[in-house]
Amino acid sequence: MSDVPGDLKFLSSHEWARVESDGTITIGISDHAQDLLGDIVFVELPEVGQSVDAENDTAIVESVKAASDIYSPLSGEVIEVNSLLEDQPEIINSSPYEDGWFFKLTPSDMGELDNLLSPEDYSAVCED
Amino acid sequence: MNKTSLHNAHIQLGAKMVNFSNWEMPISYSSLIEEHNAVRNAAGIFDVSHMSVFDFDDGDQIAFFEKIFANDIKKIYKDDKAIYGALLNEEGGILDDLIIYHANNKFRLVSNCSTREQNRQWFEKHAVEFGVKVIERSDMGVLAIQGPNALKKILEIKEIDAQVNSLQSFECMFEGDKLYARTGYTGEDGLELIVPTQDIDHLWNQALELGCAPIGLGARDTLRLEAGLNLYGNDMTINNHPYESNLGWTIDMSNQNRKFIGKDALLSIDQSKSQKIVGIILQDKGVLRSGYEITHEQGKGMVLSGSYSPTLQSSIGLARVDQGFQENGKVMIRNKVLNIDFVSPRFLRKGKI
Repeated sequence: MSDVPGDLKFLSSHEWARVESDGTITIGISDHAQDLLGDIVFVELPEVGQSVDAENDTAIVESVKAASDIYSPLSGEVIEVNSLLEDQPEIINSSPYEDGWFFKLTPSDMGELDNLLSPEDYSAVCED
Repeated sequence: MNKTSLHNAHIQLGAKMVNFSNWEMPISYSSLIEEHNAVRNAAGIFDVSHMSVFDFDDGDQIAFFEKIFANDIKKIYKDDKAIYGALLNEEGGILDDLIIYHANNKFRLVSNCSTREQNRQWFEKHAVEFGVKVIERSDMGVLAIQGPNALKKILEIKEIDAQVNSLQSFECMFEGDKLYARTGYTGEDGLELIVPTQDIDHLWNQALELGCAPIGLGARDTLRLEAGLNLYGNDMTINNHPYESNLGWTIDMSNQNRKFIGKDALLSIDQSKSQKIVGIILQDKGVLRSGYEITHEQGKGMVLSGSYSPTLQSSIGLARVDQGFQENGKVMIRNKVLNIDFVSPRFLRKGKI
């Protein structure tokens, strides 16, 4: 059974978004996603300053087996990327919700949060 | 979907199962990289019972294989040995790659799983004129135990004849209906055991108890890629001839009187102009994948197999490219041009860089 923290919102494609206290959004992939992918060996992140649209491919994660697109749960401007992933992409496997975050953005429409799945609904998606 | 006799054992070990040519097979049990390293550093066991096994009876089997097999069966027919080679159609296209084993005056053949039906029909069609009986052994399973410690582990399994210890590379022996061969698909030492399914459970459990790690198809793919071994369907298909598939060494034309299927077509190929399969190593960050386009000073090509190499800790691949390549080239990955080195497809020799 994979871990699904209660303070996050999810896309059914397994990305999570966390609203930080300063109103920015941190984005990563779920424990279930890292388990499906297996050993992660490379991540291609967006550029800082880049505008991203909700549910558009924004990053790429490569496991030994395959490459997968990562979709941004929200629209906004990328303000920081996790540079740790460049040399240690495997931390996504070991810490998908903390050290293995992908990027942070300033959201352009907080209303988009309502389109995302609650932890309970996301857990149900994973069990299907 | 087809299942091997070890299906429940895989589930109990927590394997992730995938559909591989309509067989539900374990892709990994824990971490693909850990499984890969277990085979490079110690010993691992694979259930590859999805592979097709054929036996042959009666008739002139040597003449039969001389006709359908592009390598020359006469290299092994007096010995207890195995031979690797290709099955070609009249146009020289590769129908499959396979290993023919010969011991105790019997032939046994192992070919790929996706080509089972095609091969059975092909064998039966051509067996008629030689009076050979083709016996599909769907009651057989295949285990591979591979790694530097594989032989040591195998010798501790009571049910396996200790004489396997004296088998040299590509030698094989029967023990009843069980065939043991010093062959593999990992670039490591070890054996492949082609045995009745009723014996598989027990051998599998003993190997695990002795510390062999269960290895899924994911690590099997990275291991064979590091060893520079082709995967049928990926690196070569019916639309490729052996010379552009790194299999020229398996084409035996030494007996001028031998008329094997595909020979005339191969003789008309100008090998100096054929594309070649070459090893590639990505010099930048990223992962090579099948289908990526390659360029070099004098031509172009395409990635056939690409992955991350746990041993080299960088991305490697096999590519089919125009001749005239030097040491370096470029690969296009998602609209970015990245640098590759061209190397021998055998990234590792005896498991070492």
